Amino acid sequence: MNERDARHNRVKNMNRFMTGVFYGVGGFFILLLIVLAAYIVIQGIRSIYPGVFGFTRNGIGNQFFNTVYLVLIALVISTPLGIAAGVYLAEYAKQSKLTELITMSIEALSSLPSIVIGLFGYLVFILMTGMKWNLIAGALAVTIMSIPLITTTTRDALKALPPDYKSSSIGLGATRWQTMWHVLLPACVPRIVTGIILVAGRGFGEAAALMYTAGQSTIINWSNWDITSPTCALNPFRPGETLALHVWVMRTEGSMNPHSTDIANVSSAVLILLVLGFNLLARYLSRRIDRRNTGQ
Amino acid sequence: MGSKNSSGMLKKEYLGRTIVSICGILIIVLTLIITIFLIVKGSGTFTTYHHSIGEFLFSDNWSPSDVSGKGGGGVGARIYILGSLMTCGLALLIALPFSLAAAIFIAEISPEIGSKYLQPAIEIFVGIPSVVYGWIGLRVLVPFIRDKFHAPMGGYSVLAAGIVLAIMIFPTITTLSADALRALPDSYRLASYGLGASRWQVIYTVLVPAAKNGILSGVILGLSRAFGETLAVAMVIGKTRVLPKGILYPTNNLTAAIAADMGNTANGSEYNLALWSMALLLLIISLVCIVLIHVILRNKKEKDD
Repeated sequence: MNERDARHNRVKNMNRFMTGVFYGVGGFFILLLIVLAAYIVIQGIRSIYPGVFGFTRNGIGNQFFNTVYLVLIALVISTPLGIAAGVYLAEYAKQSKLTELITMSIEALSSLPSIVIGLFGYLVFILMTGMKWNLIAGALAVTIMSIPLITTTTRDALKALPPDYKSSSIGLGATRWQTMWHVLLPACVPRIVTGIILVAGRGFGEAAALMYTAGQSTIINWSNWDITSPTCALNPFRPGETLALHVWVMRTEGSMNPHSTDIANVSSAVLILLVLGFNLLARYLSRRIDRRNTGQ
Repeated sequence: MGSKNSSGMLKKEYLGRTIVSICGILIIVLTLIITIFLIVKGSGTFTTYHHSIGEFLFSDNWSPSDVSGKGGGGVGARIYILGSLMTCGLALLIALPFSLAAAIFIAEISPEIGSKYLQPAIEIFVGIPSVVYGWIGLRVLVPFIRDKFHAPMGGYSVLAAGIVLAIMIFPTITTLSADALRALPDSYRLASYGLGASRWQVIYTVLVPAAKNGILSGVILGLSRAFGETLAVAMVIGKTRVLPKGILYPTNNLTAAIAADMGNTANGSEYNLALWSMALLLLIISLVCIVLIHVILRNKKEKDD
């Protein structure tokens, strides 16, 4: 009897101990995130010096503009392609080898190292076209990385819709395309937008794919609005170093710019705040969708 | 009027269908083109400059010539490959226990705290740009390793790269493991508890073994991420082309070498093509990982049926 009691106690204590370990690890990661984010933001704020947000060599204004501009171009290209491919997978694709191949391709694309996609972009958009580093090449590299996520988001959103949506629309005499365009897709807009926001957040932080496509330098003349000029801000065929890449460049060319550490700190903080902001926005949106769908 | 309208509708129906089909097929084409281009470029080392694959994989003699059309150097990339293997292996060693514990926490211990706090936190970890991880590694981790472990080369080391990579891959392993645990039928839990097992006993004798395929695919996906990670590793690994004597020593890896040297080599030179071969190797590793995951999950499905 005694032995059984002892064993019982051992099992109970072990269980208690392991439960503590699991709580510990769970808490550790949440704490780690808070410490990490706080450290980056505080370091960033402490490194602010006059002109750091300016549009000169010592500021990050140009890089910030390039980042937003590049991600915008990438979204303009990848959103229609991704949504269309998602529609195909959800609505038109049959259970066939072709569908399986597309799914496999999506997985392969989304797990490709970003440096490999960057090199592909370098080969096709720079070496083969004979152009210099440019924003379009970078945007196309980011497009390749974004398409899988937009496609799967669209497909999953369409498949998650109640079947009544489709059957009522078809029952009223609408064609499949009309049903898709006027009923199903509009119902998916919030979910797709959430996916696009996440894609944008990822695009802001991308660097390895842009090293050899968008380039590691930027010269903008803000009084020049001739779009064909290589120093015009809006010219998509000019080199456009982004904020994330700027952190990398500041590290390697540290000695050449006296502010390099401060610039990298501030850039990191801006990137973290962008990512956090976009993440919270996406969460807020998807929570609202859930609430609407459950009728609360 | 009626027939004109319906023929317009029909036209739209087929046009729409054609457009979305093309976009679907475009994804396959894109994947194929990337693969083919990398194979063409990456095989130049072996076809144009007549090096053997064995030399590329197993030799330490890395002295490729950077003059276009002139070969004769060595393209032994073993140190880079070992550097990638060591940093990824170390990252997995660090990340796996933590990831498993976090996954068990989310799926079994406290789903409420898990879905409310831990999962959002994990999603934000995924979103943090890799250069930021690299920068923090450089500013915090590298000096820490230098001061606390008295590492040579000022703290740039396999250990620093392993820790940075561990933080970057733990979300992948955690998410996939938690999904695998959650997908287990409740009857497993009820039956075990009914036999009088404690929660820990249920977890480690029943649930984790039953979810091992899902956990394994998480590990593989995490490893494939780690292999392809570039700038964060490049910032802390030290980029010295020597075999490290221990985890406190610096080395170099595939991605860091490509990122650092690709822009400085002459297009089509032996050096340049050797770097493309490394990129091809990365692509192959990533594709093999995807296939492996499919095989594992298919095996599981067959067993379940």
